[in-house]
Amino acid sequence: MYQAIVIGTSFGGLEALKTILPALKEDFPLPIIICLHIGEHNNEVFIRHLSEICKLPVKEAEGNEPILPGVVYFAPPNYHLQVEADLSFSLSTDKKLNFSRPSIDILFETAAWAYKDKVVGIILTGANSDGAHGLKTIKEFGGKTIIQNPCHAASPVMPRFALKIAKPEVRLHLEEIANYLNKLTT
Amino acid sequence: MSNYDESNSELLTIELNLLFEGIYQRYGYDFRNYSKAHIRRRVLSRLALSNLTTVTELLDKVLREPEFFKVFLDDLSINVTEMFRDPQFYQSFRENIVPKLKTYTFIKIWHAGCSTGEEVYSLAILLHEEGLLDRCQIYATDFNRKVLEIAKEGVYQKAEMEQFENNYIKSGGQHKLSDYYKSMYGSVILRKDLSKRIVFADHNLVTDSVFAEVNLIMCRNVLIYFEKQLQNKVLNLFHESLIPSGILCLGTKESIKFTSVDSKFEIVDPKQKIFKKKII
Ligand SMILES: C[S@@+](CC[C@H](N)C(=O)[O-])C[C@H]1O[C@@H](n2cnc3c(N)ncnc32)[C@H](O)[C@@H]1O
Repeated sequence: MYQAIVIGTSFGGLEALKTILPALKEDFPLPIIICLHIGEHNNEVFIRHLSEICKLPVKEAEGNEPILPGVVYFAPPNYHLQVEADLSFSLSTDKKLNFSRPSIDILFETAAWAYKDKVVGIILTGANSDGAHGLKTIKEFGGKTIIQNPCHAASPVMPRFALKIAKPEVRLHLEEIANYLNKLTT
Repeated sequence: MSNYDESNSELLTIELNLLFEGIYQRYGYDFRNYSKAHIRRRVLSRLALSNLTTVTELLDKVLREPEFFKVFLDDLSINVTEMFRDPQFYQSFRENIVPKLKTYTFIKIWHAGCSTGEEVYSLAILLHEEGLLDRCQIYATDFNRKVLEIAKEGVYQKAEMEQFENNYIKSGGQHKLSDYYKSMYGSVILRKDLSKRIVFADHNLVTDSVFAEVNLIMCRNVLIYFEKQLQNKVLNLFHESLIPSGILCLGTKESIKFTSVDSKFEIVDPKQKIFKKKII
């Protein structure tokens, strides 16, 4: 049984998440940890919006916060988000990786170390290469790897890089992802 | 691919503990209670760069070669900083803290974890604009001597100035940032009068004790690298160092919530993480 879902996305990501997150079942048993590139903007507005349309609680991840099942967490803008071995979060202002802070690679890599083979990594639409190496690490540690089908993504660059570098196990259309996760966790 | 994967990650945890115990005993730097995920990333990248296979080999080299330890210390450091980073913080400082500071005849400020100095010069500019700088003594400390040297120089890259200027304007700055520096080739040199009230000093928040009794402490984006217990310890050190009603400024993602000093401070600005030490 899996212990966490991590999602990475950039351009078009918010729209994609609006399709996936509200369709997750009410008793979804895993934490969902998301790294969305949104520049230096504030998270508040869309977190409030997502809270309204989702059955699960949605919040910004805080340093030293224990990671709880059934909660949707977002990386704060301008900070890297990391998973610690005791399954809590830590933040960092380290330099950008792949021109990104938060960086998907950093979230995915530290999630793989913490959850080993018990994590599901998903790369959605995006216009840069961040996340591909992180997804590869998840695969090396035995976790499940998924990408959004690049042909139908708002921007195919990110899932395509992930495809090339990580050779993920599963490729899905956006509309199929929530259902897939609901089934995977029953 | 690194030499550590799922099969030996327990081993890596043990080796990392030994590495930081060794560094503490040999050099006195205490990273034992820093958050591990970032440290692990840096250790793995050092192994690759120096062609080492295991952390135990790294420990061996660190213990025997002080010069190599310096390189490794650099690997572990996160010194990223900006002038007027988080402009709203400086806005709030002007609104909520400056009026209080104006009631003091002499103001002692401890700026802990000052890195390469951009933040302490920002504070000096703000205090100057509010007519307070001449009444201040600012102690700017860090445990990394290399960044302290850069901070003392007050010389920065021209290329960064555009962003700093934007931050400055958003922070409520009263002039132009360029009034405070001279350009020279690709660099800028900050005005010398900004540093006349600043003393830069080596101080380790984890292993050294109270630095001075002060009216205000600013320590931003340092505690996020510490595990909970260590945060508690350092926050208690800050509490001890502040006079009653003294002000504590933390980074925007740092908090005293759920720490052992929670009940000992009042909240001045919950978003910009500005707190005031309670009198009793
Ligand atoms: C990310 S920088 C923050 C710089 C600046 N305060 C800012 O927010 O822009 C963190 C700084 O804390 C310093 N630091 C880390 N551990 C420390 C310790 N135990 N004692 C003193 N300084 C420390 C580092 O050397 C680094 O310069």
